[in-house]
Amino acid sequence: MLILDCPYCGVTAEETEFHGGGEAHLKRFGPGSSDEDFEGYLFHRENPRGVHFERWRHVNGCGKWFHVARDTATLEVFGSYSAQVTEPPQEIRDAITAKRPGWRWREFA
Amino acid sequence: MRGIGPMRRYSAFAVAREAARYHSGWERAWRSPEPKKRYDVIIVGAGGHGLATAYYLGKNFGITNVAILEKGWLGGGNTGRNTTIIRSNYLQDPSAAIYEKARSLYETMSQDLNYNVMFSPRGVLMLAQTEHEVRGYKRTAHANLLQGVETEFVSPQRVKELVPIISLDGPRYPVLGGLWQARGGTGRHDAVAWGYARACSDMGMDILQKCEVTGIRQEGGKVVGVDTTKGTIGCDKLGIVVAGHSGVLAAMAGFRLPIESVALQALVSEPIKPCMDIVVMANTVHGYMSQSDKGEMVIGGGADGYNNYTQRGSFHHIEETVRALVETFPMISRLKMLRQWGGIVDMTGDRSPILSKTPVEGMFINCGWGTGGFKAIPGSGWGMAELMAKGSSPLTEEFGLNRFAEGRFVDESVAAGVAH
Repeated sequence: MLILDCPYCGVTAEETEFHGGGEAHLKRFGPGSSDEDFEGYLFHRENPRGVHFERWRHVNGCGKWFHVARDTATLEVFGSYSAQVTEPPQEIRDAITAKRPGWRWREFA
Repeated sequence: MRGIGPMRRYSAFAVAREAARYHSGWERAWRSPEPKKRYDVIIVGAGGHGLATAYYLGKNFGITNVAILEKGWLGGGNTGRNTTIIRSNYLQDPSAAIYEKARSLYETMSQDLNYNVMFSPRGVLMLAQTEHEVRGYKRTAHANLLQGVETEFVSPQRVKELVPIISLDGPRYPVLGGLWQARGGTGRHDAVAWGYARACSDMGMDILQKCEVTGIRQEGGKVVGVDTTKGTIGCDKLGIVVAGHSGVLAAMAGFRLPIESVALQALVSEPIKPCMDIVVMANTVHGYMSQSDKGEMVIGGGADGYNNYTQRGSFHHIEETVRALVETFPMISRLKMLRQWGGIVDMTGDRSPILSKTPVEGMFINCGWGTGGFKAIPGSGWGMAELMAKGSSPLTEEFGLNRFAEGRFVDESVAAGVAH
């Protein structure tokens, strides 16, 4: 059972209060983009065994979407943060680096 | 260890012979050799699908200079973690073809492999508990008729005859009928892996356990070998058959997959006297149940809603599954549960598998079986072997990676009605 913090309303709750929304920080490719980029945006996922950035929605609460940094191999949560960003903020990156030295923000997607 | 000559066949005579000499003559079922410098084909993943691929490469195409690499132990992943259900009542033609091929191969597998895989064609019943499911399953039954897959839509009364312990008038989800596949059933999951492994080893293939792949070697866009914890091993062709960890292997080769890995859970009860002789799936409420030969009720549930590689899931899913099943089968309410476990399943967007060439020449991938891989093992191996040996196979044609770019989904996400 994951325990997550909602960065909007400040509530700390079990995962049953939230709903997962898949990989975060996907770069959107729309009309005019190449077929390859569009396919990548729609279907391809990093699906890492380790540090993962994902979207969650506080469905049984304030209803807001937010982001979580989590380790898929240990279920450890590094922190949650605003959905209004395209990359994880520095304090989240620092929190991950403190526990996973050598970790780097991905190059693709 | 095998000495010289082929493996000894298992038979009633062999049992009598060994009984007479205190079972001192049984051989190991497969060899545990050291890796050679190179092989014609390397298969990564010694689960059911990987071993079946290797077996049919040898049996159907005479390719026996093959190594099967496994980072853990043979059959220790999803092959040993599923709920052993075998059925082929899918809606789409490509799915029905490969799952029905698999089901038919299961019928003769014990004889083919000379290894008892305990295939039990006891029948699989999928309950329709909403009006939508009734319409959906009637449609599937019609489609199956055209595909040559024997299924029928049955009435609630027939459901009660097949499953006397069921409660038809559940307050929330009454049973309105069911999709019945009499030729479906269960098998012994470990035995499927062990039987294929024994047959592969007998053909001279090397099964390398505790040998984890750490890198994929390419030259000019073509695969030439793999780095492993037992050194570098060369190959002409590479087959990736690793289910939940497919994305990790694809990342080594420099491409991404349309796959996300999540945990799917199952549990078994204490053993009780025989009370249900078929497999029942209740997909609206995300639960399915059968009784093992030992008497345990084997229960499968839903998948978690987030990426997970830990082989354990969230307990509230178990609670939801059990709550729904108790409503459908009131007599199990006092059962104690013995164990619970999770497996990492590789989910695609259309809930259909990927059996395909990859952007790397000579490298093939078989993954994306999601929550329903066990039933497909022989068909998957049969098609994958043909794909790797000949470059194409009628069984795998529609399951290529390019279907996502081209919008040709084999959409089973609603059709199969599986507890996805």
